[in-house]
Amino acid sequence: MKAIVTVVGKDRVGIIAGVCNALAEQNINVLDIRQTVMQGYFTMMMIVDTAAAELPLAELCARMEEKGKDMGLSIRMQREDIFDAMHRI
Amino acid sequence: MLNQSDVLYTQEMIDKRHLDIRTITMGINLLDCMDTDPERCCRKIYEKVTRCAKDLVKTGEDIEREFGIPIVNKRVSVTPIALAASACKTDSYVPMAQTLDAAAKTLGINFIGGFSALVQKGCTPSDWKLIRSIPEAMACTERVCASVNVGSTKAGINMDAVAEMGRIVRQTAELTRNDQGLGCAKLVVFANAVEDNPFMAGAFHGVGEADCVINVGVSGPGVVYHALQSVKGASFDVVAETVKRTAFQVTRMGQIVGQEASARLGVPFGIVDLSLAPTPATGDSVARILEEMGLEVCGTHGTTAALALLNDAVKKGGVMASNHVGGLSGAFIPVSEDEGMIAAAESGTLTLAKLEAMTCVCSVGLDMIAVPGDTPAETISAIIADEAAIGMINSKTTAVRIIPAPGMQVGDRVEMGGLLGSAPVMPVHRESSALFVARGGRIPAPIQSLKN
Repeated sequence: MKAIVTVVGKDRVGIIAGVCNALAEQNINVLDIRQTVMQGYFTMMMIVDTAAAELPLAELCARMEEKGKDMGLSIRMQREDIFDAMHRI
Repeated sequence: MLNQSDVLYTQEMIDKRHLDIRTITMGINLLDCMDTDPERCCRKIYEKVTRCAKDLVKTGEDIEREFGIPIVNKRVSVTPIALAASACKTDSYVPMAQTLDAAAKTLGINFIGGFSALVQKGCTPSDWKLIRSIPEAMACTERVCASVNVGSTKAGINMDAVAEMGRIVRQTAELTRNDQGLGCAKLVVFANAVEDNPFMAGAFHGVGEADCVINVGVSGPGVVYHALQSVKGASFDVVAETVKRTAFQVTRMGQIVGQEASARLGVPFGIVDLSLAPTPATGDSVARILEEMGLEVCGTHGTTAALALLNDAVKKGGVMASNHVGGLSGAFIPVSEDEGMIAAAESGTLTLAKLEAMTCVCSVGLDMIAVPGDTPAETISAIIADEAAIGMINSKTTAVRIIPAPGMQVGDRVEMGGLLGSAPVMPVHRESSALFVARGGRIPAPIQSLKN
């Protein structure tokens, strides 16, 4: 299943590495990354595939949120469908 | 391919504009729980409700986490108890209410609806039993919601039931006096009640429905309010378009959540109810949307027109976003549950008379309104009759959820807490309607042509 991971927070060294490590630990494959830094704020959107992950999606979402708290960032993982539903007819 | 701004926009709607799924409500048929022995009937009801809905809360929470959208309430509605318990040899349906309450607690849901009777044309002995059990049932249970349908466009208005409901509302307030008449917040009197409404307190599972079904109620006054802030001063054409577009997005959210819940629970998907349901939180108010259209205070001249546009645009936008739309679908105007309505009522601009006019063009009716505790039962009945007449003539659902707050007078404030909010006590006419209500009988169904 495809999910969108959004990461927002103050820019510093190692954000992408930290997030990607956390995803790799759960066997989540990264399909696409877009990232910008605006006025010192780091914003990243990733499209990931959770098909090979062992944990159920709800649990993965919760863990990524936890990881965000540890890193002092907002990390959010949500199923892609919800954005498609809202922004596509 | 999604773009980043769409993703961030959705997240901002959730984080800052109070976008949420207000409720996933599972409708459960209880007609197969009939029994002449009331205890056996209660056992069957408890068993069926807790079996059908055992995964409801867990599933709701999983979906909430996966989609990252809050699902505020998980609830259950059941077949009107006046039908499901009609075979029971008993004088009171209070034990059935207690059974529903126990089931709700086991499931971990905050409300269960369906302690109901449909009496638009006449009352069976079972209907009377249910109606007369309401005050005690509301006092001795915590999570059970009651509703009575007293009129419809096809049947007219059952004025005997209307007269009785005035007394029942008063008794319910008296029996829950220690909670400022809180029991009345769980009791709705309808005209043209719908069978697939997911919203409390008026939800019940109609007899035309499948055995078990999932209905979803969306919300989003905060999102609409914010969208309108970006079109300040624009014409109503632009306002209507903006509301439609927003309602579409909100409803799509409800549709996908409903489909997902239905698939996971193995229960058919019923409808999405396209409602703007406010909460007492700042920024989640229907009144503030109307004010954003250019009214100084909600309730002043122009309010009815603003609400009519809002209600219609919400439906137009939402209809295309869902494959099945139903329930009450429209803007709710519960006074106590809407921060802007509370402020408008406290300032004296929003009156009972204006609210009544507003109910002609929006969803439901006089909702969560506190009146003085010494308001005569006949006056409450007359208020119910007025609302039912609006519903009957206009072929729409109307309802009255009114709290004659014991010991309180105009200027006092009833505090109900949580989503129920707080309501300023509003004045009612002191002139009597007693002789009108005492007539009883039925107001005939209206003619459906020669509309003027």
